[in-house]
Amino acid sequence: MTTTGHTAPEQLSATTLLRFATAGSVDDGKSTLVGRLLHDSKSVLTDQLEAVERASLGRGQDTPDLALLTDGLRAEREQGITIDVAYRYFATPRRRFILADTPGHVQYTRNMVTGASTAELAVVLVDARNGVVEQTRRHAAVAALLRVPHVVLAVNKMDLVAYTEPVFAAIAEEFTAYAASLGVPEVTAIPISALAGDNVVEPSAHMDWYGGPTVLEHLETVAVSHDLSGCPARFPVQYVIRPQSAEHPDYRGYAGQIASGVLRVGEAVTVLPSGRTSTIEGIDALGTGVDIAWAPQSVTVRLADDIDISRGDLIAPSAGLPAVTRDVAATVCHVADRPLTVGQRVLLKHTTRTVKAIVKDIPSRLTLDDLSQHPAPGRLVANDIGRVVIRTAEPLALDAYADSRRTGSFLLVDPADGTTLAAGMAGDSFAAAPPPAPAAGTDDEGWDF
Amino acid sequence: MTTTVPSLTGGTEGTGTGGTPEAPYALSHLDALESESVHIVREVAGEFERPVILFSGGKDSIVMLRLALKAFAPAAVPFTLLHVDTGHNFPEVLAYRDRTVAAHGLRLHVASVQEYIDAGTLRERPDGTRNPLQTLPLTEKIQAERFDAVFGGGRRDEEKARAKERIFSLRDEFSQWDPRRQRPELWQLYNGRHAPGEHVRVFPLSNWTELDIWQYIARERIELPEIYFAHEREVFSRHGMWLTAGEWGGPKDGEPTETRLVRYRTVGDMSCTGAVDSDATTLDAVIAEITASRLTERGASRADDKMSEAAMEDRKREGYF
Repeated sequence: MTTTGHTAPEQLSATTLLRFATAGSVDDGKSTLVGRLLHDSKSVLTDQLEAVERASLGRGQDTPDLALLTDGLRAEREQGITIDVAYRYFATPRRRFILADTPGHVQYTRNMVTGASTAELAVVLVDARNGVVEQTRRHAAVAALLRVPHVVLAVNKMDLVAYTEPVFAAIAEEFTAYAASLGVPEVTAIPISALAGDNVVEPSAHMDWYGGPTVLEHLETVAVSHDLSGCPARFPVQYVIRPQSAEHPDYRGYAGQIASGVLRVGEAVTVLPSGRTSTIEGIDALGTGVDIAWAPQSVTVRLADDIDISRGDLIAPSAGLPAVTRDVAATVCHVADRPLTVGQRVLLKHTTRTVKAIVKDIPSRLTLDDLSQHPAPGRLVANDIGRVVIRTAEPLALDAYADSRRTGSFLLVDPADGTTLAAGMAGDSFAAAPPPAPAAGTDDEGWDF
Repeated sequence: MTTTVPSLTGGTEGTGTGGTPEAPYALSHLDALESESVHIVREVAGEFERPVILFSGGKDSIVMLRLALKAFAPAAVPFTLLHVDTGHNFPEVLAYRDRTVAAHGLRLHVASVQEYIDAGTLRERPDGTRNPLQTLPLTEKIQAERFDAVFGGGRRDEEKARAKERIFSLRDEFSQWDPRRQRPELWQLYNGRHAPGEHVRVFPLSNWTELDIWQYIARERIELPEIYFAHEREVFSRHGMWLTAGEWGGPKDGEPTETRLVRYRTVGDMSCTGAVDSDATTLDAVIAEITASRLTERGASRADDKMSEAAMEDRKREGYF
């Protein structure tokens, strides 16, 4: 297949957006994969490539170092490492992509959590020579924890194992079984060589035995999870719009982004946490009246009754309300350098609502390598993942993260200086493993696990 | 009431090899970007006391203002605007700026580089470019007006250092950016808390590309300053770029001027913003030209980014937007 970096507008305007994240350890070739993806999809323009060539030559390298395309900071280029998550953009005629390029280095857990929090797909990179290692399991676990809907296993450096199928098959099988035990709904395994360009954008000439898609082809065709619209509607109120102008003396609209589900004019709704009820009188989609709107549209909702609603409230269909609670049991990834301790007073930011809270308990810390629980650690430090119990000063309309990444997630913030301490996911940590698949061996078409 | 339903992508996209039809409630990528940006703009309105929009009359800040207008319709935009006037701006752009401010009943603050030079606080650089000189007037204005959120039209696709920028970017009392000490940004939960004297730079267009901006301008039929479209202009060549002759100091001896058909891809200080040869006089022609271009907009038209490998990062660290 062929792609072009820039795409005719009439094609692009109808394409959807896929957000994905990459995960890989330092030497797995992640920078090369990202560089290859950008370069081979012709998303690197002449002046960018010239800058890379110039910088590479200046360092005495005789070939352009594609990692320089992505390492944007002075310190990164000086040290040859990636410090922080960067976001990259490219497009093909089929789809537009936002890539969260997460470093595999130190601080990997919080960086991968950051990248994965908005991703609909995660690419986990494995070195074909080493197979599934501790770091691979860590990446799979973070993807599972963050409920990233699609996981791609890219078995890299196939050129260094003579492009042999059994090497790939064994790694794919081991990883898929591990991911399934974490409740990852779907894994697509692809054998690649990022350095040589096999199966990244162009199909490999070295692996006839592989019948599946290239990495880019899979990214272009994977079904983007718009099942957000199938969930119960959730509408966190961001801002109350009251023009009080001569033209609109009585307009009172509740502005926000629909977090999940579909809102319809005429629908009976309840405002939480107050519990007051009304019906949707009108929906304004950025200035245009509509009868129906869905996640993730930003709209303004008008209600039939003049009731007290402000930023932080949640409007939801009366037929499907979330739990309202002051006791939050959740998994958190600790992202700050200072620890989180039992008894600590924090701020909890959930949708558009920020409330005072206290950490009542830290019942366990998760060891990502083997998924064992370390009981009662007392505190969490940077990159730790643990269970917490939090008591809030005001009730929250909270969904389980498993049901909604948008209304089941929260931040813990230090009230003293505003530092983001932890990323929280309400409810159970991992999804239940799916029932075992039918006996293998009946389908040897490709590797679309 | 009206019943305009936003366009669906329907089941025709994504039906290629191995794929399944998109869900019926998909959004086009422009609708998704617009929705996300409006969410960001409204978060600022909900969380901050004194936000301001940096408005230069360039295409990104024009789109940013359009998003703010849509976010609060039918009410007025609850923000003021701020322009850092280098003294070397294109007159067409200043006229556009003033027209726009008046048309929407907005209030405009101006921080003037020329005033700083006249007062002796800033010194003209030997190369004549005033872009780096903008930082001090900008940061002092932020402090003087006690702005706590400053919207910028920066996009992550513009430059490598910008690719690392958060959507909510905390700045200290000196407006400095420290890329190593950025807050992780998770989900759509933007953390805007800051101490007195600190402020947050907000980039609602972070996830847009140059092409997205132009497609959106076309879709929304947004008027632009005319210098974005091909026109005849007296220019001279310096460092491989066409610069406009003018009172800012160009051309020097040995830099002959000529009249060419050009347009601008970016709008900035006249001393460092280059024009490109173009016959694109319409939005469609501009989009076609960008689609075919093998140069980034900054590579094609910004001299200041070429000063060093980390020019943008260094300016941003000092407080540039």
